[in-house]
Amino acid sequence: MKKRSGAFWEGIRDGFPIGMGYFAVAFSLGIIARNAGLTPIEGYLSSVLNHASAGEYALYTSIQSAATYVSVAIITLVVNARYLLMSCSLSQRFDPNTSFYHRLLVGFGITDEIFGIAIARPGYLLPNYYYGAMTIAIPLWGLGTSLGIWAGNLFPQNVVSALSVALYGMFIAIIIPPSKKNKVIAVSVAVSFALSFLSTLTPYIKDMQVGTRTIILTVLIASVAAVVKPVKEETVNSEE
Amino acid sequence: MKGEVYIYILVAFFVSYLVRVLPLTLIRKPIKNVFIRSFLYYVPYVTLAVMTFPAIIYATQSPIAGMVALIVSIVVSLLGAGLFPVACISCLTVLVLEFFI
Repeated sequence: MKKRSGAFWEGIRDGFPIGMGYFAVAFSLGIIARNAGLTPIEGYLSSVLNHASAGEYALYTSIQSAATYVSVAIITLVVNARYLLMSCSLSQRFDPNTSFYHRLLVGFGITDEIFGIAIARPGYLLPNYYYGAMTIAIPLWGLGTSLGIWAGNLFPQNVVSALSVALYGMFIAIIIPPSKKNKVIAVSVAVSFALSFLSTLTPYIKDMQVGTRTIILTVLIASVAAVVKPVKEETVNSEE
Repeated sequence: MKGEVYIYILVAFFVSYLVRVLPLTLIRKPIKNVFIRSFLYYVPYVTLAVMTFPAIIYATQSPIAGMVALIVSIVVSLLGAGLFPVACISCLTVLVLEFFI
């Protein structure tokens, strides 16, 4: 018993800096949510339930552009597809006797960062460690979003403008380090930038919804990369 | 309109939860299909890149500030800065530049 509660507190300790980072990034998500017309309560709820920066960004921009529910489901699936891979990876780190309920709860807490600290620990994954990190980090994510929606109104325009790039800065910080190590990722990122930019200029395509363009470009570019440079099993595990 | 926002939120929650929990509960062995593995491996980087550019240059009041913030973010990421520092530096870049532009 002592060991299990210890893991919970270790999770809280390791989850705290993650929560602080989440708070700041969620604040910039809140500004986007505010532009889409969400209230602080809707922002908190959507953040605590989804806690995925790219997924929520897609959600808020979809709400703003009055996208269909089906396209929200598809874009959510596409931008969160990496969690499929993390979930597969985590399933290998569980004690095979781990109960179904623990799997349901740990699954809820899969984010890039919490997954990162959990997978970095040696041995079987302790659900209590994961719960500790979730308990501190996820509510901070929600609070940041609410505050962004609420205080976005109070801040001067130049501060809002500056904070609105925080999220993109974080996206860059996620994609650049692997690009440095892996040329295929670097080329994929460069091609993604170029095609994404072109898609906003090309007739017909530029009139499509942002989310739809994101889905089409992602499936296209990732498929080509997967065919041209298939990934070996070891690479996938070590990169995560 | 307000009711619709909650449906949007629930749709996103439902899908993102299934994505997170299905492999964990159903798949007890690694995916063998090389194409699916590789596709899933590249997806996050591609989709984040597509969402970042050119959106970042439309997010700021001045497109130039957004463009410079993108370049600065890439450079500091290459130098090894983490998520939080990069986010802060990109904000500061825009704040300073828009003060002068």
